Amino acid sequence: MAETTASIARPVTGKAVDLKYQPGFSIVAWTCLVVLYAPIAVLVLFSFNENRSVALWTRFSLDWYYKAWNNEGIQNAAITSLEVAIVAMIASTIMATMAALVTTRTPPYRGLNLAVTIINQPLMVPEIVTAVATLTFFALIKQATGVTGIGYLMLAHTVFCIPFAYMPIRARLEDMDLSLEQAAADLYAPPLKVFRRITLPLLTPGIMAGAMLAFIVSLDDVIITLFVGGPGETTLPIYILGQIRRGVTPEVNAVSTVFLGFSVIFVTLIFLFGKNKK
Amino acid sequence: MTNATNQENPKNQLSASVVAAEKQASRTRAFLLAPGVLTILLIGILPLSIVLTYSFMVPGDYGGVKAEFSIDAYVQLVFEEDIFDETMSFTSSYLQIFGRSLALAIFATVASLLVGFPTAYFIATRTPETRAAWLFMITIPFWTNLLIRTYAMLLILRDEGAINLGLMKLGLIEKAIPMLYTNFAVGLGLIYAFLPFMILPIYASLEKLDLRLVEAGFDLYANRFKVLKRIIIPIAKPGIAAGCILVFIPSLGAFITPELLGGGKSLMIGNLIYILFGSSRNWPFGSAIALILMALVLVSLLIYVRRSGEKGASTHG
Repeated sequence: MAETTASIARPVTGKAVDLKYQPGFSIVAWTCLVVLYAPIAVLVLFSFNENRSVALWTRFSLDWYYKAWNNEGIQNAAITSLEVAIVAMIASTIMATMAALVTTRTPPYRGLNLAVTIINQPLMVPEIVTAVATLTFFALIKQATGVTGIGYLMLAHTVFCIPFAYMPIRARLEDMDLSLEQAAADLYAPPLKVFRRITLPLLTPGIMAGAMLAFIVSLDDVIITLFVGGPGETTLPIYILGQIRRGVTPEVNAVSTVFLGFSVIFVTLIFLFGKNKK
Repeated sequence: MTNATNQENPKNQLSASVVAAEKQASRTRAFLLAPGVLTILLIGILPLSIVLTYSFMVPGDYGGVKAEFSIDAYVQLVFEEDIFDETMSFTSSYLQIFGRSLALAIFATVASLLVGFPTAYFIATRTPETRAAWLFMITIPFWTNLLIRTYAMLLILRDEGAINLGLMKLGLIEKAIPMLYTNFAVGLGLIYAFLPFMILPIYASLEKLDLRLVEAGFDLYANRFKVLKRIIIPIAKPGIAAGCILVFIPSLGAFITPELLGGGKSLMIGNLIYILFGSSRNWPFGSAIALILMALVLVSLLIYVRRSGEKGASTHG
């Protein structure tokens, strides 16, 4: 920002003017923050309520967490969620890293823009359209081959995770100082060695951020899983959705709180990895 | 003579090795790009053509489709067939869902802009440390589960929710105001869901705001409102445009928000697609609706690209 003092004397009146001030803006900003967090605060608060109602506070208790922890449906859903998210994370991060290396490290060539557009495609089509398209495609394959299983769901998740994993890896590669790689190449290190000893270590924070982003995006997904997931492939968000449709219970609040806590930890980590680069 | 050939030979070798290196490089490129690009092509893009094909077929008896050409799916959008005498009559029920989705998406976009712009400006004018803290607080909801956040909204808006209980305790109302399962609840839910998408791009365009421009405005006797209108908002335009498109597109195709907060009378396109592929088992009609939704999104993206392109050109000219 320019080296200007934040307030100046106005030529005629001589009164100091705060350059940045706009009336009412701070109130709007604080309201925004409160509105973004108040519903979440209510949700978290009532997960600790002893009472069955999610409206009247009676006493602090961890009963609902205990109940949720021992609920077989929740356990299975959590395991399914983790399985799908881990597979999608690994597969999408590998593919995204490979693609990012090409789209940033080589001189521009024909088809580069097309490749980048294709990689970002899952972000441009509304999720519900992707869900419908994937459903019809997988239904065709299932009909033709008779093969069923959770692999389809993992594959669907991998696809929409690729652009999310790609973004931080690409950003990291674009910020990277090329002189180290050039120095290594000058010292007769073969390309693969340069990659393994220089590029990859420097890229690791970007890959970590990309992997975590992919993981959290897969874990959070509702729409595509709802369409593609078969019976017995209920992930945690789908389980929660089913419970909410049946009615509000503090048990759902407890699971949701744990889920939220998990997301917050992850986002904080991604934030910290991103900061490291400076 | 001999000299000339001697000079030419290394050159040929050099160009040959350049060609070989080029070939090697392009092979490496293809190898590295192939997995990601092919996966998305095969599972993300190819199936869209299946949806297009299905939209011109007739529904199968137990879901799926029968391979007969028909434009019924598109006709169904506007006309319905009388069960008894098979005459076609105009129906507005599906058009209403499209109209409602557009209206709610526009409402959410405008409201997010009105709230998001001042917030983004406020954040951009803080000290670097405060700014980082605010950004972090705005980013967290951005990445937390939308389903859970919408459920939290449901808890607040219910008849026994915090808003109604609070108002009743204060004695302002006697009976709970039914808010849930209305268009109002869905609109509110959309703002709640996508507000960070508005704040972050506007913040990005205001982050590097040069205060000397603002100072110049004040020096030239502009008041605060004029400075805002003539200096700050024009600078934030690219961020505003990006924010609007980022709120409008997911709002238009929203599913979770109307599913949880809306009722039978506040269906959006997303719910309609879900019903047609689920309980109604009318895949061709569902495919047609999905394609129309995608077309709407592409049109708004095109308008966005066009307009931001023009803006760039006009500032240069």
